[in-house]
Formats: sequence, structure tokens, C-alpha cells
Amino acid sequence: MATLLPAALALSAEVGRIKVSTGEVSVERNGQSLPGAVGTRLEAADILKTGADGTVGMTMSDDSLISMGPNTILSLDRYDFDPVTNDGRFDAQLKKGSLAVITGRIAKKTPEAMSVRTPSAILGVRGTQFVVSANE
Amino acid sequence: MNSGPVMRLLAIACCIAGLAACAYNKGTVVLLPDKEGRQTSVVVNQRDEEVVLDQPYAASRQTIFGQEKYTSSPQEVEAVFGKALGAQPGLPARYTLYFVEGKNEFTDESKLVVDNVLREIARRPEVDVVVIGHADAVGSNEDNDKLSRERAEVVGTALIGLGVPAKNIVTIGRGKREPIVPTPDGVAEPRNRRVEIIVR
Repeated sequence: MATLLPAALALSAEVGRIKVSTGEVSVERNGQSLPGAVGTRLEAADILKTGADGTVGMTMSDDSLISMGPNTILSLDRYDFDPVTNDGRFDAQLKKGSLAVITGRIAKKTPEAMSVRTPSAILGVRGTQFVVSANE
Repeated sequence: MNSGPVMRLLAIACCIAGLAACAYNKGTVVLLPDKEGRQTSVVVNQRDEEVVLDQPYAASRQTIFGQEKYTSSPQEVEAVFGKALGAQPGLPARYTLYFVEGKNEFTDESKLVVDNVLREIARRPEVDVVVIGHADAVGSNEDNDKLSRERAEVVGTALIGLGVPAKNIVTIGRGKREPIVPTPDGVAEPRNRRVEIIVR
């Protein structure tokens, strides 16, 4: 079991990483607001926000690609992923704005394991590429 | 769908009156064509109404009265989602290296693939690399988990030696769970003894 340790540690809290960031982008974590620059490591329960000129794109650890247009709030409500078995659960909440998604290993392994919630709807995601908007 | 013309007129009148709370459109979902031609669908639930989107550009519009299914277009998607799509990171690039049976040693062909991997790593901003080892169906689950993990670590260590920062590499062993060529248990299959490198 000892050999499992380094890989498990390397995976620890990181669930994804910001790869694209333009304009005003922030990440809310434990009540604090951090700048959402390229390279920022994301954790479960993070809330991402873009301003009127902001866009952001991230890769998740299961290879999902998530990107947000301007004036958007997205909460990573739940993210669990076991890279050995590909089992996991990914629930995101689009509070407002626009979102583009390409699903990854979680949805491929278990088609019921990914959902996106908006103020008006719940999406059961079987794959693979879609866009969602939520108006205030 | 479940809204009569009277209700609809009322909604329109309401919006003309400038009541922000009466925003008729609450949101949109559009299924996009899969770039690799895979089967794809999204199920949209609004209250108790369910709409299944399973064709390219099949779309749901949620209104204050319920859900309308319609067919969107590349033009509408670009107008509403162009900026979100513009921020999409590049698709992960995938490479496969093959191993000599029972050993942590690449085949000669696979050594050439490493050059392509390094080029892709150099090309990407804030790159992170996932190295996933796989085994064939010879041996126990436990042995194959260990062997596949060791194979991934061999590749990970080689990448570090070639200048890729260790903090950007994650190694995983998936044992015999994901064969490229499905075989009965116990069958040696060179194509299943491999390491995938995902550059993203």
C-alpha cells in the first residue's frame, strides 16, 4: 500500500485547473475570493465567477472541459473522482450566465454520475458536448 | 407546451410592462455535435417535465410556463455561447506507449512516440500530464494493479528526466480494467500492455 501514497497525495485536493482566463475572473473558496488566473488549481466546492468582460476555461481531473462566458457564476457543488476505477460524481450548479461542457471519464463510466443544475432546470448528462444558459 | 395562448399573452404583456421578475426565458440547453461522433445526450428536467436531447442542436428553452423543445442552430449557439465556447481549453491529447511482456520496458516503436509527447507538452500553457498504466489479463488483479502502476511510474520518471516538472505529472495504474482488445482472463495481449499519456 505504501506505493499508493505518493500518487494519492499528488491528487489530494486538486479537482481541476484553470487553463484559460480573460478579463475579470475569481474563485470563491471558504468565503475568500481568489484571482482566477491561468494555472489556478481548483477544489471541490469552489465557486467561479466571471465579470462583464470575463471568460474562463478549465480542465477537470477526469478530462472534462468546462468553460464560462461573461457574467457567469458556477458552483462546483460536488466532485469525486477515482482515477483507478473512473468512478465518481460531478454535480455543478450554474447560478447565472453561460456554460460550455465536454464531459470526461466520470460521465463515460457512469452516465448518471454527472448533473448540472440551473435555477430553472436539472440536466442529467450522458455526454458529451453541450451548452447551458441561465437568465436571472 | 403546457402553456395556453392566454397565459402566453399574459407573459408577454407582463414583460412589456417591464417587470423584471417576469423574464419569460429562464434558460437554454443545446446539445452540440460530438467532435468524435460518439453517442451523446442530455436529459433536461424542469419541474416534472422531461425533455431528452439526443440529436445535434436539439435544444430546450425553459420559460416561466414550462419547457419548449426546439432545434437550435450554429448561429444561435455562436450568438449566445460564443464567448463560453471561446474559453474552452484544447481537447486533451492522447498518446500510447507499449511494453514488452511482463516488463517495464518500452517497445522500440514507442520510443518514437515520446518525442511527440514532449512537443505537445511544450506547446500547451499550464500543462498537466496524466500517465495511466494498463496491464493485460495475465495475472491477478493485485499484480496487474502493481505492474500497471509501475509502468506509469517508469514513464512519469522518464518525463521528469526529460525536463517535465514533477508537480505537473500524475501517475495512475488501472490494472486490467480497460483493455483495448478485450480478452478472456489469463490471455497475453501485447496491445493491452500499455501506458496512456494524456497531455492537457
